[in-house]
Amino acid sequence: MAPHAVVVAGAGQAGLETAAALRARGYTGRVTLVGDEPPGPCHRPPLSKGYLTGAVPAEDVPLRPASFYAEQDVELLTGTTVVSVDRERHTVLLESGLRLPYGALVLATGCRPRPLPVPGASLHGVRTLRGLADAEVLRRALQGPPLRLVVVGAGFVGLEVAATARGLGHEVTVVETQPRALTRALTPAVSERIVAEHRAQGVRVLTGRQVAVLHGDDRERVRAVELADGERIGADLVVVGIGVLPNTEPARAAGLAVDDGVLVDAGLRTADPDVWAVGDCASFPEPRTGRRMRLESVQNATDQARCVAAAICGEPHPYTAVPRFWTEQYALRVQMAGLTSGHDETVTVGDVAGGRFSVLCFREGRLIGVESVNRPADHGITARLLAAGTALSPAAAREPGFDLKKLPRAPHSPTASPAPTVPTAPTSPTAPTSPTASPSGSRSEERLSVHA
Amino acid sequence: MAKITYKHPNGTVTVVDVEAPNTVMRGAKLNNVDGIEAQCGGSAQCGTCHVYVDSANTLPLPAMDEVEDDVLYGTACERTEFSRLSCQLPVTEELDGLLVHLPEAQS
Ligand code: FES
Repeated sequence: MAPHAVVVAGAGQAGLETAAALRARGYTGRVTLVGDEPPGPCHRPPLSKGYLTGAVPAEDVPLRPASFYAEQDVELLTGTTVVSVDRERHTVLLESGLRLPYGALVLATGCRPRPLPVPGASLHGVRTLRGLADAEVLRRALQGPPLRLVVVGAGFVGLEVAATARGLGHEVTVVETQPRALTRALTPAVSERIVAEHRAQGVRVLTGRQVAVLHGDDRERVRAVELADGERIGADLVVVGIGVLPNTEPARAAGLAVDDGVLVDAGLRTADPDVWAVGDCASFPEPRTGRRMRLESVQNATDQARCVAAAICGEPHPYTAVPRFWTEQYALRVQMAGLTSGHDETVTVGDVAGGRFSVLCFREGRLIGVESVNRPADHGITARLLAAGTALSPAAAREPGFDLKKLPRAPHSPTASPAPTVPTAPTSPTAPTSPTASPSGSRSEERLSVHA
Repeated sequence: MAKITYKHPNGTVTVVDVEAPNTVMRGAKLNNVDGIEAQCGGSAQCGTCHVYVDSANTLPLPAMDEVEDDVLYGTACERTEFSRLSCQLPVTEELDGLLVHLPEAQS
C-alpha cells in the first residue's frame, strides 16, 4: 500500500523530480518538498554558464513555474531544511520548528562546495558556486569591469566559470593541484582538448600547482593567490571549485549509514525500508560493477527520482540508468555516456586535430563509456547502445570507415538487458559483472565529481 | 504571442499561448505541459525535448542546424522526418497555430 505522505528533504533537481514523478504515477497522498533555497527548485547547469552572462534570464532558472506546485498539489516549503528524523514515529523536524509526519522519506539533500583549506579562504571576494544566491553574486561581479579572476580547481564548475568569465573579457587563471584537469572525470585526450581551448582563449591554466595562501588588503578583500612554489597571482575575485561534499547530516542524525553519501541499496533504499536517497547525496552500487558511487548530474537526479517514486508506488526496481552528462565551454560541447573510469582500452573516432572526436572506452572488450567532443550524435547513439547492452568490440570500432551513425538503431531501453549483437561487431568477451565491494582506500578513485 | 498545440500520445491536446522569445520547449515547461523533459535546459545536448512537427505543417520553422541533426540521433523514440528539438524552435508570431506531437518517451 502506498504511504499516506511523502516528505522529500531537499528541493534541488532530484527532490523536484521525485515529487513530479510521484504525481505523474498517480500518487494521491500528501507530498511535501523541503528546501533551503528561497526560490525553490532551480536549474543548476546555467548558473556556471548562461546565467552569469545574462543569456539565461532569471525567470528561466526555476525548474517549474510557481503554478506547478498548486496544480500538482505539491507543498513546497523553502527557506528551511530537515534537521532531524524520528524514524520510530515517522516524523521529520524542520529548522523552522515544524514537525511533519511521513510514510516515506526521500533524502535529496544534495551537496555543498568543499571549502578551500588554506589561510585567507574567508576573505571577501573568495566565492564558491552552488546555488542561485552564489551565482547572483558572481553574475554581478562578472558583468562589471574587467577583473583578475583566479579559479581554484579545474573541475567542471571551475572550468565553466573560467570559460564564461573569459568570454566576458576578464583575465583568468586556473590553478589545479592534479597534473591535469578533470583527472577523475575524463580521459586525457578529452581533458587536454578542453585545456588547450582554454589556453587558446587566453586563460592561464596551471596544473600540478597548489594554492598555499590567499592574501587580502586592509579591508579583508582578496588581492592575491600565493602558490606553494611562491608564485603570487594578483586577484580581484577567487572562485573555488574543488569538488563537493554530500549533505548527509539528516541521514547521520537519523542513524543511517553514511560514507561519502547516504548509503543505499541497488533500489536506492537505505537500511530503513521507509527511507530512500536520490541524486547527488546518494551513494549507490553501480549496477555494472557493484562499486559504490555518487553521481552529480541532472540525468542521475532525474532517473533516480523516478526509480524511487516507482518504488514508493509499489513498483521497486534496481536503478540501472546509463549515466549521461555534458558540459559546454566556449564552442566545445563535451558529452559523456556511461562511465569511463576503469577502462583498459580506448578507440578514438573522428578528427582529434579538428576538435571533433569521441573516445570509446572498453573494459575487457566491452564498451563501458564514451566521451565525445563536438560529436553529439556519437553521444546519443552510444548512450542507447549502453542502455540496450548492445555489444560493440574495439576491433569493430577500429575498422576503417566505422561510423556510429551507420549502426542499426539500438532499441529504447532504460534498463540494461541482453540485446542483439551489432552485426558488424564480433561478439566481445563478457566482463565479469558480479558485484564487488570497493576497498575503502580506493573510494576516492571511484568517485566521480560530475556536473551536468 | 503564438498559440502552440501539444498533442500527447494518448490523443489529448494542450493549447497554450507562448510569448516570444520563448522556445516551443519553454512554452511547454512554463505551462506544465507533460511530455517534454529538457534535461539540458535547452542547450541542444540531451535530446529530451524531442517533438514531431505535424506532417501537415506549413508554418515557417527555422532550418535544422548540424548540432540539432546530430542530437536527434540519440532520442528515446524513433526519429522521423518530422522530428525536431523543441528547444531549437523559437516561438514567433508566425508560428501561431503550430501543432507538435509529443513522443511516448523522452528518456
Ligand atoms: S532541452 Fe536538451 S536538447 Fe533540447
